[in-house]
Amino acid sequence: MRDNKNKWVLLTSAAALTLGAVSVASAETLENTRERGVVQCGVSDGLPGFSAPNDQGEWQGLDVDVCRAVAAAVFGDADAVRYISLNAVERFTALQSGEVDVLSRNTTWTATRDTTLGLNFAGVNFYDGQGFLVSKDLGISSAKELDGAAICIQSGTTTELNLADYFRANEMQFDPIVFDTSEQTVGGFEAGRCDVLTSDTSQLAALRIQLSEPDSAMILPEVISKEPLGPVVRQGDDQWFNIVKWSLFAMLNAEELGVNSENVDEMRDSDNPNIARLLGQDGNYGEGMGLDANWAYNIISQVGNYAESFDRNVGPNSPLGIERGVNALWNDGGFQYAPPIR
Amino acid sequence: MTIQHKMIEARPAPGNTIGPVAWLRANLFSGPVNTIFTLLGLYLLYLLLTPTIQWAFINADWIGTSRDDCSREGACWVFVNARIGQFIYGLYPRDELWRINLTFAVFAALIAWLMIPRLPLKRWVALATLVAFPVFAYFMLYGGHFGLRVVETHRWGGLMLTLVLAVVGMVGALPIGILLALGRRSQMPIVKSFCVVFIEFWRGVPLITVLFMASVMLPLFMPTGVSVDRLIRAFIGITLFQSAYMAEVIRGGLQAIPRGQEEAAAALGMSYWMRMGLIVLPQALKLMIPGIVNTFISLFKDTTLVMIIGLFDLLGIVQAALSDSRWLGFSLEGYVFAAFMFWIFCFSMSRYSQYLERKLHTGHKR
Repeated sequence: MRDNKNKWVLLTSAAALTLGAVSVASAETLENTRERGVVQCGVSDGLPGFSAPNDQGEWQGLDVDVCRAVAAAVFGDADAVRYISLNAVERFTALQSGEVDVLSRNTTWTATRDTTLGLNFAGVNFYDGQGFLVSKDLGISSAKELDGAAICIQSGTTTELNLADYFRANEMQFDPIVFDTSEQTVGGFEAGRCDVLTSDTSQLAALRIQLSEPDSAMILPEVISKEPLGPVVRQGDDQWFNIVKWSLFAMLNAEELGVNSENVDEMRDSDNPNIARLLGQDGNYGEGMGLDANWAYNIISQVGNYAESFDRNVGPNSPLGIERGVNALWNDGGFQYAPPIR
Repeated sequence: MTIQHKMIEARPAPGNTIGPVAWLRANLFSGPVNTIFTLLGLYLLYLLLTPTIQWAFINADWIGTSRDDCSREGACWVFVNARIGQFIYGLYPRDELWRINLTFAVFAALIAWLMIPRLPLKRWVALATLVAFPVFAYFMLYGGHFGLRVVETHRWGGLMLTLVLAVVGMVGALPIGILLALGRRSQMPIVKSFCVVFIEFWRGVPLITVLFMASVMLPLFMPTGVSVDRLIRAFIGITLFQSAYMAEVIRGGLQAIPRGQEEAAAALGMSYWMRMGLIVLPQALKLMIPGIVNTFISLFKDTTLVMIIGLFDLLGIVQAALSDSRWLGFSLEGYVFAAFMFWIFCFSMSRYSQYLERKLHTGHKR
């Protein structure tokens, strides 16, 4: 009897210890990552400009650069990343279960996701939103002129809903033509089944290249829905949350201060106090996150600033050719604003 | 009256009953109806083949390095050309490819040894293939010992991953399937009910559900920090799923063996395993070849489903390549290539099974 009782006590305390260990473990992402030697980063299983393997088999894209920035900040080596491709369904589970440390997979920041899934959004690396692709022959320059248009949509997405809302709000009529896959949607647009194709602007750019004559179509300036995309971390580890958040901010601050991967070494001697603080020449702003003073220098020298990353992956230097638009810096007419490093 | 003492030389058959002309007349133009259908068929074939050949060969672009080298009038094989290494080896480090090559060369040599009837020492080679080779393959592909760098499974992909998944699935599913089939025919109630429940459960759920459970639910049940490799999850899911199908194929074969065979073996004093191993299974397995190969082929093609749990098999890596912004819009070429590769493997499996059937057809030739 006594023996049995002892056994129970032992079992319960073991269980309690395990539970304790679990809750402690969740606050040790940085330590675990250091031990492992790589950042485990969840990326999309293939989204043009955001994450896809290139001809050499290396991952590239705007989302991939967030992973690389975090790795550069933590290890001083942007290549110390283990990419784990996740589909839309399993992405949050993979983050919750600890399979990945950061989820950087074109994930829209919404109230539900931020408050009910035990996750934190660490910022916005791309302001996306639903837009319109039209043939240049139509001579239309604004979405307000689309009354009565036939519009190609991909089924089963929120785009259909947003579209109906927008047209109702503007008291216009439209004729929806629904397709199953994005390839069929492009095919329908090209065959002239519809005048307009609607999707998120980042995808419209990718769809436009697939037309036989990409220059015959243009993307209208109106954006009718908010899709802020950003990296996500687990709740309950504020240190790691800060590291991811400030890795992104460091890239934005670097662009604002005119520091890029080419001039970063010269900029270390700059007299500008903001630059000196960013590059760790004046004070150690990595200390609060458990990083060294060179954290931002490593990000900028190895990954580049936000403008470089944007231009190379989705902007003018990439086949997608997406305009900066709302993704420009705040002092340039966009939304991208990073708190100062001081 | 002349008497000829020699036999008259056999004359060749009349010209219009042999050769291609006669074959055409007998098979394609034997009557007005058949002639019309033949001409119609030829016309349809012409309609179908000309654009295909034009697209795939005549107007196609073969040489180049980027999308600018493609005229877009026909297929752009430049895309497949630029990515062929990735399609075959996945994201495996470029300077470690010899490890994959060596592993598959050894595997091909072992299989060839087993398939060519003249070569000796079959038993030992079979043992090496089933026991030593998996260990060798693990050390070669994964590494971590003997000075080989560890290549984590998330870098595996392409045709190599498809083959690894298929081979592991086949090698795992066959023995488990045999045991389950024997168990289901057993007189022992617990063994029997376990096998029935196992088979009916796994046959009752779609493979895609199994993989989803393994990738989405399983990690939530594990303690934090402990994660089972996704490839191993896929191995387990595919093997258990396919072994249930295999069990039913094998049970079908077992039922075709007359009861007298087993009773006669029992009368000779053989134990259960001797009766099964020496009398029943050798006869039954021969009958099951079409069914087993059928299951193998469907398993080979089912491996593409691992795409949904983020593993890049052949089809998955083609799709990932299609989402590189430098190669947007070449999906047709990519999918044609993937289909062609799958066809080669499935067709060779089916040809080998036909050869095996002919070779083993000693008793029941009909």
